[in-house]
Amino acid sequence: MTQKIISKEDESGNKVIITVLGQDKVGIISGISSILAENGVNILDISQTILQDIFTMVMLCDISKSSVQFGALKAGLEGKGEELGVQIQIQHEDVFKFMHRI
Amino acid sequence: MLSVQEIMETIRMVQHENLDIRTITMGISLRDCCHSDYRVAGQQIYDKITKVAANLVRTGEDIEKEYGIPIVNKRISVTPISVIAESSKTDNFVHFAEVMDKAAAEVGVNFIGGFSALVHKGFTSGDIRLIRSIPQALAVTERVCSSVNVATTKAGINMDAVYQMGRIIKEAAELTADRDGLGCAKLVVFANVPEDNPFMAGAFHGVGEPECVINVGVSGPGVVKNTVDKVKDADFGTLAEMIKRTAFKITRMGELVGRAASQKLGVPFGIVDLSLAPTPAIGDSVADILEGMGLERCGTHGTTAALALLNDAVKKGGAMASSYVGGLSGAFIPVSEDAGMIRAVEEGALSLEKLEAMTCVCSVGLDMIAVPGDTSAETIAAIIADEAAIGVVNQKTTAVRIIPAPGKREGDYVEFGGLLGHAPVMQVNKYSSNEFVKRGGRIPAPIQSLRN
Repeated sequence: MTQKIISKEDESGNKVIITVLGQDKVGIISGISSILAENGVNILDISQTILQDIFTMVMLCDISKSSVQFGALKAGLEGKGEELGVQIQIQHEDVFKFMHRI
Repeated sequence: MLSVQEIMETIRMVQHENLDIRTITMGISLRDCCHSDYRVAGQQIYDKITKVAANLVRTGEDIEKEYGIPIVNKRISVTPISVIAESSKTDNFVHFAEVMDKAAAEVGVNFIGGFSALVHKGFTSGDIRLIRSIPQALAVTERVCSSVNVATTKAGINMDAVYQMGRIIKEAAELTADRDGLGCAKLVVFANVPEDNPFMAGAFHGVGEPECVINVGVSGPGVVKNTVDKVKDADFGTLAEMIKRTAFKITRMGELVGRAASQKLGVPFGIVDLSLAPTPAIGDSVADILEGMGLERCGTHGTTAALALLNDAVKKGGAMASSYVGGLSGAFIPVSEDAGMIRAVEEGALSLEKLEAMTCVCSVGLDMIAVPGDTSAETIAAIIADEAAIGVVNQKTTAVRIIPAPGKREGDYVEFGGLLGHAPVMQVNKYSSNEFVKRGGRIPAPIQSLRN
């Protein structure tokens, strides 16, 4: 695997990681990105792969100009996930940086 | 740069391996709440707790949402009530427990610790009144936890306190007989108690602590178990290394959450407690880790060595991951809260004696152990004395949280529900310790040289 999700150190604080897990199908990216666009969330990077037969998409997004609270964005994405039959999670990028980087 | 694999590893830990933050515990000093009128003191305690901890639960929930990591419990620890209530002119401290319970309910925490006394060298008048109030306090409150420190390496073992706690535990069980002796599940007897422990039932806010502080307890036996399973045929060096790496990752989550909570609440960050804390949930068991190392059942020969390796590797990995480590920081082996431990007891692999040996190499002691209801106060005191001796001589924390389950015999079950789980009633030695525990006085502090 060569794809990397990149974020510069000095820009942290407003970055989130959105992960999508499930069966691949038409419309996943457009469904999610339309919610993000509606709410002023900028997609910085997308990476997708098949891990153990599961479609896995990871997005790095900037929520500094987001028009809604984090909780509302999360609820919107989770609702979209149910609609699409995939599991969508949004988490602050720090979770992953803290665990895997010193 | 983060790879997709790294991101998915984190998500897998949370979703499939029960990685969570076990508790964010806010320590609150009540030293400015003393008053000669116990009603005024109680009101001041209530006002302070509900003011300082008003946003604790909401902040915890916000952090959970933002980071996508479950924070199972939000809790409060306070200055030992024996210190605070001592100035009040009353013999009954139950009122203070009721105030704590009400304040805890008001701010939405499930447990509040600190109905405590430190009596390792002797009793003050406040200590005596507090200890006498413990059984009733635990019977009439839901969320209050109590602890008593009866020994330290520097002071030795206060055997008067040990014997008294034997009787108090019996009384606490009897007053909550309708709930299988639930009162005892909220009462811990310690040796070398830490002052910054975030875990219940032993948490209190030590007198050397600041006005208010945030301490965090991590969890993650499931994550470590998965790691151990991956290196089935590896030698011990590799096994220890893999556990260390995993412990590092688990502890980093605690550090992150602790820092975030501290910042959002405007309260200093105290410590991360590295303890591997199991829950009754399947796949969240310390016994399973030991069995994963190659033991047929937890409790068989080799268990103490396996636990020593686990505990040490968790500390080494965890210590690197956090700026401040404290509390109990060791693997917990509570019987009722660990499905693997329960199974080991049921199948006859794990006895009280083996559990005692295991407590020599890990925190925290004989934890959540149910014994027959007719076990005498003297036998319970002797069990406490044994554990305290292990702690005092080995300069470590040990504790006893034991439930003489009213009306139950060996092989019966006690049922507490939730995080406290259920436990098979275990056999105790049938021979008496009466004359020993009734001697009274203190067992002197051990020599600190000639260490063998």
